[in-house]
Amino acid sequence: MLKNLHSKKQTQLILGLFMGIIFGFLLQKGGAGKYDVILGQLLLTDFTVIKIMLSAVVTGMIGIYILKGFGLAQLHPKPGSIGMTVIGGIIFGLGFAVLGYCPGTISAAIGQGNLDALLGGLLGIVVGSGIFAHLYPGLQGFLKKGWFGDITFPEYFKLNPWVVILPLCLVIILFFYWIESLGL
Amino acid sequence: MAFLTLKLWSPYWVGIGIGILSWFTFLLSDKPIGCSTAFTRTSGILEQALTGKSVTNQPYYQKFPAKIDWEWMFVFGIIIGSFFSAVFSGNFQLNWLPDLWMARFGMEVFPRILTAFLGGILLGIGARWAGGCTSGHGISGTLQLAVSSWIAAILFFVSGILTAHLIY
Repeated sequence: MLKNLHSKKQTQLILGLFMGIIFGFLLQKGGAGKYDVILGQLLLTDFTVIKIMLSAVVTGMIGIYILKGFGLAQLHPKPGSIGMTVIGGIIFGLGFAVLGYCPGTISAAIGQGNLDALLGGLLGIVVGSGIFAHLYPGLQGFLKKGWFGDITFPEYFKLNPWVVILPLCLVIILFFYWIESLGL
Repeated sequence: MAFLTLKLWSPYWVGIGIGILSWFTFLLSDKPIGCSTAFTRTSGILEQALTGKSVTNQPYYQKFPAKIDWEWMFVFGIIIGSFFSAVFSGNFQLNWLPDLWMARFGMEVFPRILTAFLGGILLGIGARWAGGCTSGHGISGTLQLAVSSWIAAILFFVSGILTAHLIY
């Protein structure tokens, strides 16, 4: 791994900015910064968001597991529990549909000039994050309920990762053919 | 470079681009793509500015210090990148109301801003409760095959789909 590069703080801030610019450019070009596109996905009339996410997953997964195989990358799976992942996921979904943006796409929406994102949603997310920070000390016990940690599927099933990756890629590609055949 | 001025790219190419970008975030920065902790850090920075008191004694801000980090710069970059993309293709436009919203709820601005604010609060709480958002769990976590991220990503959409159908 490029440990030397990873430890250079200033360089990393600039890299973060530069990579964010590319991400924002891609999100805007994909139409993912639009409320109508995101609500269209949640109303199941427009599959742009899922197409973007799953093709990123296929491409990213293959590349990152190759990099890992060569010792050039390490994984950072997030920990989870029933109290944390399930309850948080449900609250997030409520907010996702009510706001019509998520933390990444709202930034793309702001960049393309959506004022509801800048003056309503952005402020809401910052306030919500602050509320969570204040609730956190009292929630810690609940968040650990049903803890399963930062495990990955290949680790859990004790499989070579490629035994999971290749069939999963195939399923995602078949899913793309299916939604395209439905005209979505 | 005509593709830079196109209004819309195929979602598949956009996704492939994001996937390739994630190779570089892991390789060059040892980071998965993610967005929601930037908002936590911002809330800490603002709380310090507004109250004049340090948040370093609060457990959550010990986990995510109120400082500008890689992910904060990444999220700031999204705004810039999207701005350039929109300007290149001539569709940068200051806009208060999404079309779908207008068709359903009318032309008044305030209800949309208030709804976006309340939705944002839920989204901010939910993202930090689950430990990630549609980027951190939905893309980066699922591509690492993390169990937590597949559960979170599926629930983001199940809960979002049900709520959207209640609203519209």
